[in-house]
Amino acid sequence: MAEITMTQALNLAIDEAMAEDDGVFCLGEDVSAKQGGGVFKVTAGLTEKYGENRIRATPISETAIIGAAVGAALAGQRPIAEIMLMNFVGVCMDQIVNHAAKLRFMSGGQTPCPIVIRTTTGVGVGFGGQHSDMLEAWFAHVAGMHVVTPSNAADARGLMRSAIDANDPVIFIENILCYGLTSEDPGPGYRVPLGKAAVPKEGSDISLITYGRTVLDALEVAGDLEKEGISVEVVDLRTIAPYDEETVLASVNKTGRALTLHEAVRPFGTGAEIAANIQEKCWDNLKGPVRRIGGTFSAVPFATHLEQAWIPTKDEIVGQIKASVGKA
Amino acid sequence: MAEIDRDKLLDIYTRTMKVNRTDEKFRELLMQGKVAVMYYCVRGQELVSAAAMAALEDDDYVVCTYRGQGEQTAKGIPIQKWWGECLGKATGTCKGKGGTMHITDPDTGIMVTTGVVGSGLPIANGLAMASQNNGDGRVTLVSFGDGAANIGGFHEAMNMAQLYKLPVIFLCQNNRYGEHTAYADHTDSPNIAARAEGYGMKGVTVDGNDVNQIYPAMADAVEHARSGKGPVLVEAMCYRMMGHFFGSDFSYMPEEHLAEMQAEDPLPKLRNVMLERQFTEEELDKIVADIDAEIEGAVQHALDAPLPDTDEIYKDVLEETA
Repeated sequence: MAEITMTQALNLAIDEAMAEDDGVFCLGEDVSAKQGGGVFKVTAGLTEKYGENRIRATPISETAIIGAAVGAALAGQRPIAEIMLMNFVGVCMDQIVNHAAKLRFMSGGQTPCPIVIRTTTGVGVGFGGQHSDMLEAWFAHVAGMHVVTPSNAADARGLMRSAIDANDPVIFIENILCYGLTSEDPGPGYRVPLGKAAVPKEGSDISLITYGRTVLDALEVAGDLEKEGISVEVVDLRTIAPYDEETVLASVNKTGRALTLHEAVRPFGTGAEIAANIQEKCWDNLKGPVRRIGGTFSAVPFATHLEQAWIPTKDEIVGQIKASVGKA
Repeated sequence: MAEIDRDKLLDIYTRTMKVNRTDEKFRELLMQGKVAVMYYCVRGQELVSAAAMAALEDDDYVVCTYRGQGEQTAKGIPIQKWWGECLGKATGTCKGKGGTMHITDPDTGIMVTTGVVGSGLPIANGLAMASQNNGDGRVTLVSFGDGAANIGGFHEAMNMAQLYKLPVIFLCQNNRYGEHTAYADHTDSPNIAARAEGYGMKGVTVDGNDVNQIYPAMADAVEHARSGKGPVLVEAMCYRMMGHFFGSDFSYMPEEHLAEMQAEDPLPKLRNVMLERQFTEEELDKIVADIDAEIEGAVQHALDAPLPDTDEIYKDVLEETA
């Protein structure tokens, strides 16, 4: 099997969904061939196959983009709307939160809203305070939607297919630094179910619960600590909300220790919710407090050394794990 | 301008009175304390809604607002389900989970009723985009007030609709107030329809109290959108004869404004047109009596209907919880 990048994985998943279902279409800023197929090329080559109505390049109008996706979904189509950078969701939160997420419930189940909102973000590329935030907690706090982020190319392909299949809104977060990651291509029709975490590394001393780009840091740290005799189990949530509680709790019940890790700022982050849930449900098996790592509680800074100081570091992960297992 | 066909005129009259009698009944129930819910009165705007719905086909899509009773009942929503929803009952269109501000009935094309001013316009574009994508020939009509014309989404939606030539009709019911703020205190331009030109769109301002103006304008707009020429902004001048919502203070509305709107009341004007077109008093009264009887039955049905089960709060959140 050939290797594919995450960009290719997403493109393949969207391409095959569009080929199978005429109701699937993409809309967003710069997505069509005329603009080069998206700033990160995820929709490259699709205009040539499906035409400009199904790869709709839009004005810079996030509210109109998501509103159009909502309306088309109500009419039975499956739009994939792109919000170029995650911070721009600030422009269209009303459409996402008050409409996309709630229309199924408020209509008593009559109008589900099957839309995928693709968006990209990431700390570590020098984009500064308005182009870097991970805002998954905003959406995880709203009933009626799935929040998804892949940490590798194979999962990206499988999660995107499942997101397009889903009959509810999905916020699909792509980390800029992950687009170039390669995996063995899982092949056509591959799906990773929503709401199902992966355990890319098993371990017995502590559960490190994370998602997205920080899975890479987690795996690296886990590999290093293995040599020091600390066995770290890495849980990659893949779906952040509603998350795979069963896998998380089973892991923590086994290891007795937990550390949550995300790039988003720590206060009120998803790690807080997961930690609280673990403490309620795994109390008798816990050997110590659940620990949390997140980004610094300030805007993402520009200068490289500031940005690197802002983001959770591998040293910080190692330090927290050692403190938890008593080997600090 | 060609005279409105007699059957169509009767259709508009019937729809108008359905809206009006529903509004009267709702206010009566609220006054009597039989129900206690948020209700946004449509007195004064009945004809605009009725004429707009009469210009659509049954399977066309409608997006409306919390002040959407007119569009909903005039489009033909089953009124037992409508009253059930307004009273928060299990028999409602949305099982009592949407309420007066979120009536949804896809079977009659009432796709979204939004409680957020201006949010319907971008969604209407999407419904119209689906029709453009799949060629089903439907048009989408979105109704909103003059206040909504100052929301960012209005601008985004108007530009996008014209860019793609979407089959959508933007119906601005200019009732002279955005919540409690008079038109002149929220907007300096003389009308809303002139904004259409800025988007390259067709826009018209018409008297929403005169059936001979509002219906032909709506019919033209629908024809324009359905034939692929793109969206139209229709601004229907009308009056919101009650306050923002039932029971809200409307002492801020000046005396001369109240007098002006009484003089322009669309209902006596419509009745005169009907009489001029040789409909008899008896015929017209019979229509109203039949509507009243139907409403009476629907209200009683809703009052007697069961409340939703409390476990409904866990249902319809995601497909998995359906």
